[in-house]
Amino acid sequence: MENTITNIIEKYNNDPLRLMDILIDIQENFGFIGNDAVKEIALALNMSEVDVEQTITFYHFLSTEPRGKYAIYLNNSVVSIMYGQKTIKATFEKEVGISFGQVTADGSIGLFDTACIGMNDQEPAAIINNHVFTKLTPYRVREIVKSMRQGKDMDELINESYGDGKNHLPSLKSMVSSNIRRKGMVLSDNYVYGSVTKLMLPNLSPEAVIQEIKTSHIRGRGGAGFPTGLKWEFCRRAKGDNHFVICNADEGEPGTFKDRVILTEKPELVFEGMVLAGYAIGSDEGILYLRYEYRYMKEYLEDVISTMLKNNLLGSNIAGIDGFNFDIRIQFGAGAYVCGEESALLESLEGKRGEPRDKPPFPVEKGYLNQPTIINNVETFATAVRIVENGGEWFTQFGTEDSTGTKILSISGDCLFPGVYEVNWGFNVNDMLDMVGAYDVQAVQVGGPSGTLIGPDEFHRTLGYSDLSTGGSMIIFGMQRNLLQDVVLNFMEFFIDESCGSCSTCRNMPHVLKNKLEKIINGKGVKGDLADLKEWSKVLNASRCGLGQTAANPIISSLKNFRHLYENLLQRDKEFDQGFDLITSVQRSCKYVKRVPKFHPIE
Amino acid sequence: MSNLVKFKIDGTECMAEKGSYIVDAALENGIYIPTLCNMPGVKPKGACRVCSVRINGRLMTSCTTPVSDGMEIESNSADILDLRKAIIELMFVSGNHFCPSCEKSGNCELQALGYRYKMMVPRFLYDFPVRKVDASSPKIIKDQNRCIQCKRCIKTIKDEQGRSLFAFHKRGHDLEVILDQDLGKKITEELADLAMKNCPVGSIIKKEKGFEQAIGRRMYDHQPIGIEDK
Ligand SMILES: Cc1cc2nc3c(=O)[nH]c(=O)nc-3n(C[C@H](O)[C@H](O)[C@H](O)COP(=O)(O)O)c2cc1C
Ligand code: SF4
Repeated sequence: MENTITNIIEKYNNDPLRLMDILIDIQENFGFIGNDAVKEIALALNMSEVDVEQTITFYHFLSTEPRGKYAIYLNNSVVSIMYGQKTIKATFEKEVGISFGQVTADGSIGLFDTACIGMNDQEPAAIINNHVFTKLTPYRVREIVKSMRQGKDMDELINESYGDGKNHLPSLKSMVSSNIRRKGMVLSDNYVYGSVTKLMLPNLSPEAVIQEIKTSHIRGRGGAGFPTGLKWEFCRRAKGDNHFVICNADEGEPGTFKDRVILTEKPELVFEGMVLAGYAIGSDEGILYLRYEYRYMKEYLEDVISTMLKNNLLGSNIAGIDGFNFDIRIQFGAGAYVCGEESALLESLEGKRGEPRDKPPFPVEKGYLNQPTIINNVETFATAVRIVENGGEWFTQFGTEDSTGTKILSISGDCLFPGVYEVNWGFNVNDMLDMVGAYDVQAVQVGGPSGTLIGPDEFHRTLGYSDLSTGGSMIIFGMQRNLLQDVVLNFMEFFIDESCGSCSTCRNMPHVLKNKLEKIINGKGVKGDLADLKEWSKVLNASRCGLGQTAANPIISSLKNFRHLYENLLQRDKEFDQGFDLITSVQRSCKYVKRVPKFHPIE
Repeated sequence: MSNLVKFKIDGTECMAEKGSYIVDAALENGIYIPTLCNMPGVKPKGACRVCSVRINGRLMTSCTTPVSDGMEIESNSADILDLRKAIIELMFVSGNHFCPSCEKSGNCELQALGYRYKMMVPRFLYDFPVRKVDASSPKIIKDQNRCIQCKRCIKTIKDEQGRSLFAFHKRGHDLEVILDQDLGKKITEELADLAMKNCPVGSIIKKEKGFEQAIGRRMYDHQPIGIEDK
């Protein structure tokens, strides 16, 4: 055992910057990172043991305790619950005989919750030993557990057909479906991979590439919407020994899964976009930061990269351009939504806890290893290829004036056809609902938990940076849903679990707000509580990154657009309620000290 | 002189060296901005958020933001003062801070800021979390009840090989700062003293040494925190 740990550490040259890779390899080899492993890593990397553990305990998929020969991670996000996650969870518990958060005594099966795994179009879904099992039913759960009891291989557990499209490829063999329902320039099949690199790049200067991107007015597709051309230009101008291109494939915002589909169906386009970016900013190294939930794509994506190497679309003197070298490697996260925030992503890439950095300085000046770095979303890179191919001017004919081009939406929830839809910006919500077959809609969550919850009176609004800005997550809620209990509370729990915890505000405030929300849901709320929710939320604006700054959005936007749901729950006859039951509390504390409480009736 | 920049804090003209952080630059101009996680000589961490100010309509931490020419900083407006007070109240309700029985009382920066912002009863409900106390080291006690996760010990308490004695554990609302079990056993007298001194609250306490300075004669008992009170 020790030998293997030594080998793993040496494989990464005893380099603390590769601590994440070391930990992931050990976790996968042994099912956990035990005390001995921690000691050995600490010694080899000259760190204290707590220092190693602080990275392990940050990430959801790393553990200092065994997680079982079969580690089952069941998604607990909103849409999974809407599609029966509670029944699935109960079935797992009954069949395995343990509760979630536990491992069977013989160490064979572990059951764990996990946040959105990017499968909202095929819930309930679970990850078992890096394989994704979608559309789970109680029957299927019984079957899976039975096979595990018989000690079958993972391959034997997968008795279903594979998903659609490239999910059939031998290097992928996944049960996931891509569910592409509408194609535009990114998802279309009319591009010959490598043609921009081979035919156009040799005749373009790096500045010319940046100019096309600037002319297109494309803004980042990851949510924040920063102009991509400017980002590349700033980075090109920034001084450093090295420049880096990083593709953000963390895709952790609940309800988003379009990057999964792009990476499955069009990885060549994404990598080519990274090559163009590398050429534009003067970089020779690109890294795809891939969320651990998508580990099942590892072999497949590595295959794509090696094919590109063979075809001179990556590697040295790409497309015959003298001195233009560019390589791409894949590095994994390990289960932390906040690592999608660009500076937290950099920390994670450097082998550390994913705690966002203070800005300034911005990554374009001091990014990975303190060198100028661009970080872009998967979709941004893929789109960049089509822009360079057809020209920035061409691109502006799609979409609206302030939001050019197309956007790939991840649509899920109460609709007939969940999946990915590539539409022009400027699409309105009513059309979107008609497109996906959603009837009797109560609300739509635009942009994930950090976005906004809108009701029918706002369905005329359009998708775009000046109206409803979104990274693409659209979750539809039918009339039958209890928005406060099932949606808002679930989102608040998500933020509480996923905060990195380093800001006092984001560490503490969402918990306070959630308690208040539960008080209201439990019928103990009074009018003043609504004012408190609104007022207290403001404290979160003092947080460092977007996670904390938007962590109260589920409450703020539901309070604004669905105020009546809150008001219906308030006690009308009371001005004040401390929110706890005195009698029960006294009874409980008396029980501990073995006394019998005596209550005097209040006049 | 060319290295100096001019900026304003709440309308007051100030000058400081280019690139210096706002907290330090303010102090040079006689203006106090409260901090908890910040420490002179240590790379700022922006963890406690108490030093938040408003620049161009955005809240920024003044311990991590350098001053620039013409910058207009809003620090003592009513809503920012209330924000700081709320952050401090949040720290009180999120831990178990029973000042009368705390060795650090009177020397505690959190307590001092509580007084400064005239905190009476926090607006938030007390959470009364169940927290551990680690007394495994022969020299110090790490009391999680009082920890405000400011990171000061993590950044400053290292052994001669540069290894941290303290580190974060878990994340989000479960975040803790814990002591390395091995290095904690071997901690030197000097490092233990420094750890207690660098802790702004009473989360790191030296063993077998208490109340050397009587309550009532401690740092903030006579001299409230913040320089303009001098
Ligand atoms: C908490 C948080 C999570 C984020 N997650 C992602 C993500 O999963 N993918 C992504 O592309 N951007 C994410 N972002 C936005 C990134 O910080 C960054 O803006 C983006 O990757 C830049 O690429 P773009 O300009 O191409 O959109 C996140 C931001 C925050 C604050
Ligand atoms: S806002 Fe939250 S997630 Fe972001 S840095 Fe602060 S504590 Fe971490």
